[in-house]
Amino acid sequence: MALDIADQTLVFLALPFVAALASPVAVRLAGEKAVWLLALFPAAIFAHLVSLAGPVAAGEVFTGGLRWIPTLGVNLSYHVDGLSLVFGLLISGIGAFIVLYSGGYLKGHPQLGRFLSFIFLFMGSMLGLVMADNLYCLLVLWEMTSITSFLLIGFDHNWRASRRAALQALVVTGGGGLALIAGAVIVEGVTGVSELSLVLRSGEALRESPYYGAAFVLVLIAAFAKSAQFPLHFWLPNAMEAPTPVSAYLHSATMVKAGVYLLMRFNPVMGGTALWEAVLPAFGATTLIVGTLIAIRKTDLKLMLAYTTVASLGLLVMLTGFGTDKAIEAAVYYLVAHAFFKGGLFMVAGAIDHEAGSRDIRRLGGLRRAMPLTFAAACLAALSMSGIPPFVGFIAKEEIYAALAGGDPRSIVIAVVAIAGNALMLVVAAAIAIKPFLAEPRPELGHAHEGPVLLWAGPMVLGLLGLAAALWAGSANHYVFAPMAGAFAGHPIDAHARLHLGLSLPLLLSLLTVALGLAVFWRLDAARRAMAGLLRRIGWGPDHGFDQAITATLAFSRSLTAFVQNGRLESYMVTVFTVVGVTLIAAMAFWGEFPALPAFPADLTFYEWGVLAIAFAGILAVLWASDRLTAIVSLGIQGFAVALIFILFGAPDLSFTQFMVETLSVVILALVMTRLTLHKADHRPAGERLRDGAIALVSGAALGLVLLSVTQVPFDSRLSDFFAQNAYAIAHGRNIVNVIIVDFRGLDTLGEIAVVMVAGLAILALIRIRHRNRPDAEAAAQTAGPAVTKEAA
Amino acid sequence: MEPALVLLITCFFTASIYLLLSKQVIRMLLGIALISNGVNLLIFTAGRLTHEVPPIIPPGALTPAVATANPLPQALILTAIVISFSFFAFLLVLSYRAFQELGTDNTPEMRVAEPVDQPPPPGGY
Amino acid sequence: MNTVIFRTIAPYFTSLMVLFSIFVLLRGHSEPGGGFIGGLIAASAFAIYGIACGVHPVRRALFFHPMAISAFGLTLAAASGLPSIAERVPYLTGLWVFPTIGGVELALSTPLVFDIGVYLVVVGAITSIALALEEREQL
Repeated sequence: MALDIADQTLVFLALPFVAALASPVAVRLAGEKAVWLLALFPAAIFAHLVSLAGPVAAGEVFTGGLRWIPTLGVNLSYHVDGLSLVFGLLISGIGAFIVLYSGGYLKGHPQLGRFLSFIFLFMGSMLGLVMADNLYCLLVLWEMTSITSFLLIGFDHNWRASRRAALQALVVTGGGGLALIAGAVIVEGVTGVSELSLVLRSGEALRESPYYGAAFVLVLIAAFAKSAQFPLHFWLPNAMEAPTPVSAYLHSATMVKAGVYLLMRFNPVMGGTALWEAVLPAFGATTLIVGTLIAIRKTDLKLMLAYTTVASLGLLVMLTGFGTDKAIEAAVYYLVAHAFFKGGLFMVAGAIDHEAGSRDIRRLGGLRRAMPLTFAAACLAALSMSGIPPFVGFIAKEEIYAALAGGDPRSIVIAVVAIAGNALMLVVAAAIAIKPFLAEPRPELGHAHEGPVLLWAGPMVLGLLGLAAALWAGSANHYVFAPMAGAFAGHPIDAHARLHLGLSLPLLLSLLTVALGLAVFWRLDAARRAMAGLLRRIGWGPDHGFDQAITATLAFSRSLTAFVQNGRLESYMVTVFTVVGVTLIAAMAFWGEFPALPAFPADLTFYEWGVLAIAFAGILAVLWASDRLTAIVSLGIQGFAVALIFILFGAPDLSFTQFMVETLSVVILALVMTRLTLHKADHRPAGERLRDGAIALVSGAALGLVLLSVTQVPFDSRLSDFFAQNAYAIAHGRNIVNVIIVDFRGLDTLGEIAVVMVAGLAILALIRIRHRNRPDAEAAAQTAGPAVTKEAA
Repeated sequence: MEPALVLLITCFFTASIYLLLSKQVIRMLLGIALISNGVNLLIFTAGRLTHEVPPIIPPGALTPAVATANPLPQALILTAIVISFSFFAFLLVLSYRAFQELGTDNTPEMRVAEPVDQPPPPGGY
Repeated sequence: MNTVIFRTIAPYFTSLMVLFSIFVLLRGHSEPGGGFIGGLIAASAFAIYGIACGVHPVRRALFFHPMAISAFGLTLAAASGLPSIAERVPYLTGLWVFPTIGGVELALSTPLVFDIGVYLVVVGAITSIALALEEREQL
C-alpha cells in the first residue's frame, strides 16, 4: 500500500512511541547493544525530514493529520514549515546520538530499558509539539514534554535531590502549561480557529483584540517557564540531577527551546507590538546576565553548562523580542549553533564524569592524553560556543552584533548586554575545554581513559556539524536557516550569512568580546570568588523561594484539612445541609424565583388525603420513636403509605416494588435491630436540637420550594411521549415502564443491577470478615489500640 | 394535587435531615430510610401526577388511548427503590459491625479512620 | 415465629410465591410486573422460608449459592446485549423472534432474557443478604 507523503509523515511522527514500547524489550534481549538498533528510529525520522527539506526550502508547507474531536476543534493535525522542520531535524538528529550515548553512559544499568523508553516518549512528544498544527494538540504534547522531563529528572528516584528537582521542574513547566491552556483558549476565542496555520493569518485581529494583553501574558508565562527565563530559571540547573544524556538532550538542545519555539511560532501574530518588543528583550537580557554570572561562580561542569544554557535561552528570547528581520536571522543561527555546541559539551561533561569520576572543575586536569577524542570534541564545541571562526557559533555572533548595531539607545543597551554575556560564555567554554584537559595532571585521575565509541561519537559529530554548517554555509542557509527565519518572521527572509573576516563593526565587537572573555578567564578564580561573595550577600534566590512556597502550601493545606476534615461526622453533615439549604434559598431570593403560592389542592379525594395523612403520621412516629419496635413499625407505616401513594397516582409497578421492599426492610431491620440498642432519647442537648431542627427546616423547605417551582413551570413531555409512542411499535411491550427498564434504558439497568449485586457482595464480606478474623481481633486486643480495647472492655 | 405531595415531601426531607444530623448511628439510618422515600417521591412529583391511569398500552392499540401517568420517572424510581434498599441493608450491616467492633454507636466516638491525635501526613519531597 | 403452623405451611407458601414471582416476571412486558418485582417477591419468599425453617433448608433448596445465582443473572443480562452485534445494531438493542410452537405464537426476545437476568440478580443478591442476616451465629 503506497502511503502519500502526508500519511508517511504521520507514521514517522508516531515512530518514537513505537520505539518507547520496543526499547524495554530490546534492552532485555540485547543489553546496551540494543541502542544501535533503537537509534535507527530517530535516524529514520531524520531521514524523512531531510527529504522534506527541499520542498520546504522552496516554500512548501506539509499538512495532514487525523480528526479527533472535530466538533470541539480538536484534531491531531500537523503542519511542517521551516520552523517546525529545523526543530524536528534537531530533535531527531541529536536524538539518535543521545540514544547511542545513553547506551554507553548507562551501560549495565538495570533500568536502561525504562530510561530509553522515557527518552523516546519525550522525543515523540517534542516532535509532535513542534509539528502540531492544532492548538490543543500542541497543549497536550507540551504537557507531555513536562511529564517526560519529570520522569527523566527523577530517574534516580532514590535521591531526594532528584525527586525535588523533578517535582520542581514539573511544577514550574507544568504550571506554565496551565497558563498556555488559558492563552490558547483566548487565542481561539479571538481568532475563531484552533489550527495554528489558520491562526497565523489572523495576526491583525489578535493584536487589536482587547484580550491581546491577557493572551500575551499567558503565552509568555508558559514560554518563560519552559525556557527557564529569569525569575523562573531555577528549575533548569536543578534538573541537572538527571543522567547526563537527559541534560544534553532535554535541558540544552530541545525541550527548553520549546518556550523559544512558542515565541517564534507566535511572533508573526503576536509580535511587533510595543509590549512584545519591550518585555521580551528586558527578560531575555536579565536572564542572559544572571545566567552567565552564576555560571562563572559554579565549579561543577554540568552546572556551569546549565547556567550558560539559561543565559543562551535569555539571548534567544532577547533576539526574538528585538523585532527586526536581522535579529530574527541571528536568533535562528544562534539556536542551531547552540543546539550543536551545548548538546556536545554536555555529552563531553558526561563522558568526563563517567571516565574520571568527577565533574568538579577544580579536581580535574591532564585528561588530554587519557581522553584525546573527547578533548577534540570538547574543543570543537567550545570554539563554536566562544564564537571563534570558522564555526557556526561565529556566524551567529556576527549576525547578533550586525542586528544590534543600530545606534539607537535601545540597540546600544542590548548590544552591551550581548557583548558582556558572550564574553562570559567564552569564559565558561574555555574553562570547560581547557581546565579538565590541559591543567596540571591529577594523580588521583590516573585510571581515567577514553570512553567507548558510544560516548565520544555524539559530541564529535555535533562538533563537526558546527564546523560544517559554517563551511558549507550556502547549503545550510538555503535548506535550514532561510526557511526557519521565514516561518519565524512570517514573511520570506533571505538569510545569507557566511564566514568572512572583512573589517566591520560586528567583527570589532567580536574581537572586543574575545578580549574581554580572555581577560576574565585569566582571573577566573578571582571572578568566581567575587561572584560567590555577591551571591552569599543576596542570600535569597527563587530556588529557595520555591521551597518556601512548597512548605507554605503544605502547611496551609494541613491546616485547611484539619479545619474542613476534622473527623467529626456531625460537622460534615451540618455543613452539607446548611450549604444545601442556604444556597437554594439564597439563589431563589437573588433571582426572585420563589414559586407562587399554590391554590388549595381541591382535586384530591378524601382517601388520597387519608393516605397522605398516614404517611405524615409515619414520619412523625419515626422522629419520636424511642424504642426499636416503634421505629421499625413506624418506618413500615410510612413505607407502605408511599406504596399506596404510588398506586393512587398510576404507578402499580412502583407500588408492588415498594411493598416488597418495605416487607423485606422490616424483616431485615428486625433481624439487625434486635442486636442494636436504640437509645430512648436523642442525646442532643437542647441547643443542638434547636440548631439541627432549624437546619432541617431550612433545607427541607428549600428542597420543597424548588420542587414547587418545578411543578409550576410547563411540563416538557417530549421524552415521555417518545417512550409512550414507541413502547409497543418498536419494543413490542405494553407496559411502558418495563420497556424503558429492560429495553430503552437497558444499559442503565445493567449498571444498576450490578450495583445491587455489589451491595450484596459487600454485605456478605462485612459479615464474613469478622467471622474469620475473630481470633486475630482478640489477639490484637491484648496489644492495645484504642478501638480494640474498648471492645474488649 | 402536586402541592399536597410537595408538602409531604418537605416533611420527609425535614424529618430525615433532622435524623441525619443526630449523633446516633441508628437514628441516622432511620433518616436514610426516610430520605430515599423522599427522593423517590420528589422524582415522581416532578414528573407530574395523574389519577390512577397506569402507563400501559391497552391490547389492540399501538399507543396509550388516554393520557397516562408519566412512565419515565416510574422507570427511574423502580430501580432506585431496589438500589436504595440494597444500600440501606449495606449501611445497616455496616453500622452493626461498627457497633460490634467499636462498642459505640455515637459518631463522635467513632474515630478509627481519622484519629484525634493523628500525625500529619509526610511533607516535602 | 417458629410455630408449628408457620413451619408447616411455609414450604408451600414459598413455592407458591416463587411460582407467582415467575408469573410476574414473564408478564412484565405487557402488564405490571417485571424482573425487579418478581425478584423481590421470590427473595421475600426465601426470606420467609428461612425465618420459618432455618437457613440451612433454604440453602439446600436453592442448591446454588445465592450470590452465584446473582452473578449468573448479571452475566446473562450482559450477554443478552451481545446478539445485537450480529445484527450490527448498538449493544443491548432489543431483538425479537416470534416462533410458533404447538400452535401458540411465542414472543421471545433479548429484553426478555435481560429481564430474566435482572430477576436472577435481584433474587440472588437480596436472598443472600437476608440469609446471611438470618444466620445468627455468623453475625
